[in-house]
This record gives sequence, C-alpha cells and structure tokens, in this order.
Amino acid sequence: MIAAAGSAAFSWNLVSDLSQMLSYQFMRNAFLAGAIVSVVAGVVGYFVVLRRTAFAAHALSHIGFAGAAGAVLLGVNPVWGLLTFCLGGALAMGSLGQRLRDRDTVIGIVLAFMLGLGVLFIALYSGFSTEAYSILFGEILGISTSDVVLTVVVGAIALAALGAMYRPLLFASVDEEVAEARRVPVRLLSIAFLLTVALAVAVAVQVVGVLLIFSLLVTPAAVAERLTMRPASAMAAAVAVSIACSWLGLAIGYYVSYPVSFFITSLAFLAYALTRAANALARRRRPGRLPPGRPRPEYAGGHPG
Amino acid sequence: MSSPPVTHPDQPAVCAHDLAAGYGESAVWSHATFDVAAGSFVAILGPNGAGKSTLLRQLLGLLRPLAGSLEVLGEPPHRGNPSIGYVPQARTLDPEVAFRGVDLVRLGLDGHRFGFAPPWGSRVARHQAVERAVESVGATGYAGRRLGPMSGGERQRLLLAQALVGEPRLLLLDEPLASLDVANQAAMVELISSVALERRLTVLLVAHDLNPLRNAIDLVCYVANGRVAFGPPDEVVTSEVLSSLYGAPVEVLVDSRGRRFVVGIEEETAHPHRHRTDGGTS
Repeated sequence: MIAAAGSAAFSWNLVSDLSQMLSYQFMRNAFLAGAIVSVVAGVVGYFVVLRRTAFAAHALSHIGFAGAAGAVLLGVNPVWGLLTFCLGGALAMGSLGQRLRDRDTVIGIVLAFMLGLGVLFIALYSGFSTEAYSILFGEILGISTSDVVLTVVVGAIALAALGAMYRPLLFASVDEEVAEARRVPVRLLSIAFLLTVALAVAVAVQVVGVLLIFSLLVTPAAVAERLTMRPASAMAAAVAVSIACSWLGLAIGYYVSYPVSFFITSLAFLAYALTRAANALARRRRPGRLPPGRPRPEYAGGHPG
Repeated sequence: MSSPPVTHPDQPAVCAHDLAAGYGESAVWSHATFDVAAGSFVAILGPNGAGKSTLLRQLLGLLRPLAGSLEVLGEPPHRGNPSIGYVPQARTLDPEVAFRGVDLVRLGLDGHRFGFAPPWGSRVARHQAVERAVESVGATGYAGRRLGPMSGGERQRLLLAQALVGEPRLLLLDEPLASLDVANQAAMVELISSVALERRLTVLLVAHDLNPLRNAIDLVCYVANGRVAFGPPDEVVTSEVLSSLYGAPVEVLVDSRGRRFVVGIEEETAHPHRHRTDGGTS
C-alpha cells in the first residue's frame, strides 16, 4: 500500500494533489475513517480528560489488543474482537467502582495480563507479525469499505449515548456529590461512560493502534482544554484538532513513506506543545493572574497568628 | 408516608422524631427529636465523626433513618428533592480542571436532566437564572473564569450559587467555612444569612466552631457521643448541656465578647491534630 502511495510526487498544486490522493479507494476510506474516529474520539476524549480516566482508556485499548489478536487467530475481523473485549473490560472496570482505592492497581494488573494473552494469540497465529504490528500501531491505509461502515455505526452509537447522558455526565464528572444528591445515577453513568469509551477505543485502534490511542483520545482533548473552557466549544475544538491531525498525517504519509501513525501522533504532540507554549506566553503577558495550580495567599496563610 | 406534601408558611422545615442514624446496624446517634421552624438558621456542631454530615445525608434522602421519623418540608426525605440546595464539604478541586464558574452554577439548574439542553426556548431564561444566582453571591466578577485556580472563598461562593440557582427552600451546607481564613469566614456567614433572609430560606449549616456563626444563627444542633442536643446556642452550648451530652465533665467558657469555648473532652475528640509536629509556639 505504502509503495503505491509512496511513488506519488508532491506538487504545489494542492487541488490536483488531493484529487490524485482521493482517486484511491483506500485513501478515501482512510480519510473517511479518520474523520469519523476523530469526531468520536474528540467528544469522548473531552470527558476522558475532564474525568481523569485516561488510565482506564489506556487499559481498555490493551484489553482490546487481546481481543483483536484472538479474533485474528479465529479468522474473524479484528474489530469484532476489539469491540467484544473492550466492552467486556469496560463492564468489569465499571463494576469496580469509582472510589475503590486500589482501582488503578487492579486495572494495571488486568492490563498486563491481557497484553500477555494478546502476545500468546499472536504467536499461535503462526507468527504473522504484520497483524500484530497493525493492531499495536494502527493501519489506517488498510481500512476496508466495510470497516468504514462499521466505524460509522459504532461511532453513531457512541455519540448517541453521549448525547443522551450529556448533562448528567457533565454534572457527575465535575461535582459528583451534588449530582448524587440531585438524583443523578452516578454509578450507572460511570459504567455507561466506560462502555462509550470502549466503543471509541475499538474504532480508534484501527487508525492509530492500541499503543498510540492517546494521540486521538487524549491529546486533542487536552489541547482543546487549553483553548477554551466551555464544554461544547472544547468538544468542537477537540474534534477539529483530531481531524486536522489525522487528515494532515494521512496526506504527509501519502508522500513520505513512513508510518501514518507516526505523523498523526507527532502532529497531535506538536499541537499540544504549541498550545502549552502559547498558554505560558499569555500568562507571562498578564502578570496579574496567578498561574493555575498555585494556591493563593489565602491558602498559604491558613492559620492566623 | 402516603399523605401528599402540604405546604403552608408556618410548617416546620424539618421534623425529626426519635430519629436514629447510622450505617448498617450500628447507630451513629439516636433519639433525636427536634423541629426546625421555616426560615431558621441552624448550626450543626459537634466533634469530627459524630455524625453531622450523616444528618445532612438523611435530609437529602441518601441515607434512610435507622429508626424514628423524619420529614423535610412536609414530606419524607427523597433523593433529588428540588426544594433542597446542597453544598457538600469543600473538595480539593483539581487545580487544572478546565471548567468555568458559570458552568458549575448552571449544573445546579439542569445538570440532572438527561440529554443536552435544547438550543431553543428557555435559553435566555436559563442564562438569566444563572446570572441572578451568581450575582446574589457576589461572584459576577470571576464566575466566567476557570474554577481550578480560584481561592477557597471564591469557589465556595460559586458552589453556593449552584445550590441557589434551582430556587430551593432549604439550604444544606456541609462545612462551608472550612479552609477559609477568619475574614473570609465572616464574609461567608454574612452572605449566607443575607441570602437566606432575602429568599426566606431555612439553612442547616455544619460547622466546626460556633463563634464565627454566633451572631447569625438561631439554633444549634449539637451532635456528640451518639446523641443530639437542640435549641438556641446560649442554651445548648453550655457546661451543663454538653456535660450531660458527653456524659463527662465539659466546660464552656464565655469571654467578654460573648464567644464560647468548649474545653475538656471536646479538645481531644474535635481537634485531633496528631500529625502536626510544628508545636505552634506563637
């Protein structure tokens, strides 16, 4: 695939470049899948960052790896394995409860075991390492039209679920105790949200793979969080950053024969570094405002006298 | 239980009769009988772990009474009662959390509803309700800013605005004065009592210390040693009442400015500063 694309030469006529790129079915699929995954990952990612559940999302992708590898072993489309294992993992994690103190430890232990299981499945599949490679690092150029359809369906379910629980999820994420008193089903929402993350992870793995999942699920939302504080605008910004990274990454990957995943993750990283630097600069220009995270004198002098 | 809520002005806001609270089988406290008249300002005092927040959880319908009866605004307590505004204990909000004060206040209005807010219709009304609540706590100047870096006092005001935005009749505040310095404590008490007066709210406020509140409150609910004493502060926070509550000699000293200091058992149970090694020589 890369070979076919790699032979193309970049001209400064962007319109002809684009039409040439889009003349390939696999490129059209890649752009489409990249966009859908970006929308889902951007919106879900906003809540992942707000709720600080990045580790759970990370773990879900690794649990998904075992599922994908198992599916390959059984000769099924890896996406089904991803979906099954991610959803199962989300249910198990949700049942652990938000407040459990050693939650992260349990998740870490399961994560390691699942990764090991994945390695076994890959080894059993007569040592076909390209499959493992594409699950771990993504293979956006290998997305088929039926994969795109599945991505649309799964993505639509994830977005519909988030739309239905939007306000109470926001409430529970920011202000859990009051939300609980106001009859928001906090516990149920936490499970429902993890299931939604599972769906987002399952579709995003196709694009960037298990190991690079954060570049779409966390980085764009983290960038957006620094650009705007309004929930709706932050979600829109996360989606925009995510689409920009995946499309630009794809376009660069079309001309330069290095993995597309590398370009997508690098662009996402660059976007984050730039917003951080811009924030730091803006803060220096307004010395009246204290940087976030530093307590004000009121805290420092807690005990009078 | 089955009678519909009847509301008239002189109906008590809270009626507790032989109430017991606890988790599982064991009672944290029991035999509490008291009526809170509508419009009163009540301080819930007592040592750590005595079950002050437990009382709030019962009023919110988050915890069932172990025994006895409890009525809130004329009906049994139930979760999600829109007539109750609640501010839980000040949590350590993530300093990096990207959420504005106004959005936090807004959650008090419709955060419990499913789906997202329809972009049509009551949009202006919602915005105005939030604006009013923010204004009533004097937070207009900073409500549009990020929550994380705000001071304890600023955040506490916004949480109060969130509790007020739904136009409640009963306000439950859990340790709103904790983590505030003396000046901010006084300002917060002043704000709460003026808002309560203006909106004719009943306020139940959990606190550690009576003194910052003594000019504002009407009643004290003192929870200690598994029992509850209720009444005007000058009658409850006395050597006699507290000694009989604790079942051990407790002394209440009153200084020339009317401040009351509880000494004796209270010192050890209420202020366990075990981890502080600096001594405090000043």
